[in-house]
Amino acid sequence: MYQYDEFDADFVQERAVQFGRQVEDRLAGKITEEQFRPLRLMNGLYLQLHAYMLRINVPYGCLNSTQMRKLAHIARVFDKGYGHLTTRQNMQFNWIKLSDMPAILLELASVEMHGIQSSGNCIRNITADEYAGSAADEIEDPRVYCEILRQWSSLHPEFSFLPRKFKIAVSGSDRDRAVIKAHDIGLRLHKNEAGEAGFEVFVGGGLGRTPFIGKSIRDFLPTQHVLSYCEAILRVYNQLGRRDNKYKARIKILVHEMGADVFGEKVEKEWAEIRETALELADSETARIRGFFAPPAHEKLDDDDSDLAGDPAFATWVEQQTAGHKKPGYTIVNVSCSPVGKPPGDISAAQMDGFADLADTYNFGEMRVTHNQNLVLTDVRKKDLLPLWQKLVTLGLATPNHGLISDTICCPGLDYCALANARSIPLAEKLSERFADQQKQKDIGEIYLNMSGCINACGHHHIGNIGIVGVDKKNSELYQLMLGGSAEEDASLGKILGRGFDEDGIVDAVECVINTYIELREAGEKFIETYRRVGPDPFKEKVYSAPA
Amino acid sequence: MPLLRDGKITEDPYTRVVGSDELPGEGPILVDLSRWQAERDALVAWGSEVGVQLAADESPAAIALDLEHIALVALEFPAFTDGRAYSYARLLRERHRFEGELRAVGDVLIEQLHFMDRVGFDSFDMKSAEAAEEWKTAQADMSVWYQPTGDERATATRLRRS
Repeated sequence: MYQYDEFDADFVQERAVQFGRQVEDRLAGKITEEQFRPLRLMNGLYLQLHAYMLRINVPYGCLNSTQMRKLAHIARVFDKGYGHLTTRQNMQFNWIKLSDMPAILLELASVEMHGIQSSGNCIRNITADEYAGSAADEIEDPRVYCEILRQWSSLHPEFSFLPRKFKIAVSGSDRDRAVIKAHDIGLRLHKNEAGEAGFEVFVGGGLGRTPFIGKSIRDFLPTQHVLSYCEAILRVYNQLGRRDNKYKARIKILVHEMGADVFGEKVEKEWAEIRETALELADSETARIRGFFAPPAHEKLDDDDSDLAGDPAFATWVEQQTAGHKKPGYTIVNVSCSPVGKPPGDISAAQMDGFADLADTYNFGEMRVTHNQNLVLTDVRKKDLLPLWQKLVTLGLATPNHGLISDTICCPGLDYCALANARSIPLAEKLSERFADQQKQKDIGEIYLNMSGCINACGHHHIGNIGIVGVDKKNSELYQLMLGGSAEEDASLGKILGRGFDEDGIVDAVECVINTYIELREAGEKFIETYRRVGPDPFKEKVYSAPA
Repeated sequence: MPLLRDGKITEDPYTRVVGSDELPGEGPILVDLSRWQAERDALVAWGSEVGVQLAADESPAAIALDLEHIALVALEFPAFTDGRAYSYARLLRERHRFEGELRAVGDVLIEQLHFMDRVGFDSFDMKSAEAAEEWKTAQADMSVWYQPTGDERATATRLRRS
């Protein structure tokens, strides 16, 4: 993975010292909360319902074991002993004291971490496919360009006060595991007929109150132009994006109101002016960055699966949690942080430490955070799967629910968040308990259930095959049900099925939807496929005719 | 308002002429875009420097062909969160090769000076009387730059190669 040199280290250290001084000024009453607010947001510090929340960037989801141990240390010393994995592949801590912030930032800087731009109307942490570098279906490693974009976007002087936040995701495989079409900019690495790598560029995707699927404005952008093209997009948006209403300020609204064609023409025109500037990537620079992402020292192994049978619980876990690797004898391991009856994405300090040890022993000291709020080990020898699994069981990280209904995406909701209308974590726990039976989950098959505590959609409810969103109706928490969303290369937005439900009602309604799917499905058909074939009506009929 | 230029508080030689206010007898003047457009020929012939102030929704494209007659462009920040003028500044300096004074006016805060400096502003209408001191602090905070902008600072990428 990328390692800081003196420039990166100085940058983060200087920023930590600067913010430390601003915190001291605030604590001493030299600046008001109003003056402090933009400063803390630019450094990832939110004020939530009960306490400050610090969001720490995990660049495109890549962490090493030293960093994970530092996060465990912060959880233990400065928080309540746990952290939370987010849909931007970040880690956030929900119980931070302002007076501890200077010390925390210096701790983070010592392991090449920070919270810069994890909040605010600027370019946020760039996300990528969590299998990058290892996936069997990979065309090009997206991390190289994520790192180049990360540096370019860090305290970009022109783009630190955008109309609204700005999210970029990069995918390098046929299968989209980075939800690129739900991003302000989505970049899809692929190859042209000459075998050269380039990007298809999507703009204007996003969730929130007004969800849109991103539109393609360029089929093929040669990789050396990625910065100038992104700068052109941002420059058009920064000048023309709406600033009169924060709910209409994302680039998706500009692209929608202007039309993707017109927006694309403006970008192309701006790009023509800046493509041949210092923003053009030199081959040597791309190669230098690529060097950081060279594959680890894989052994030459036979692709032998014979050790993977035996204990049925182990076999179930292997079948559910592993994914195809480029190298024979190696596999990718998904590690669920959504166990039955627990908040999705929460991880304790002990689990962080234990997982860091496993990464050292079995995965070259590295790990990934996924947008599904889970963890991944990308380079595990198949023959190590049994001892790895045994240790994950001990850590409580061996739930075999990858891609199943209990592996939910869930926002923090009303338990933490000042924006939420409804609690989401207790509902996620109830749902995972309702569908806890492994056989039942396995029978239901691949399905994505996403839930948010309000229309801001931090839990990505629009792109869950089943989406749940909390709304506030006459001061009681109510949940609406959406069906038909997808986060992948066939991205689509779910549609609300009908009137909302209370907390118990929504669990029953989800179960009814699942039972209806099981009745209607044809052999081998996934939930989303059945839904697309039959439409919402059969589901609506069953859900709303069931006895209340 | 204290005017910060070259790291020092200085006297502003310009008389701000808002809207259709009467022009002063002589000396440098700073007019709105609409005034410039309405009275361009007379203002070109003005015996002293003329500056044009652009509101946040007025692109510098409107004066791109007139820049040889304009000594000062003032760009408004109606709120510090409104960042349009950062793009305008870069376009003026890098696209239109404007070499006159580029002034930030409106909600100009010490924390933004660093960004403004990098995109080409060289004077700042400050609120604080201690602006010169604060400027020094802001300049000293960061020493690493990742983006090539119109300023002469070497980016990390360039320094790595040297």
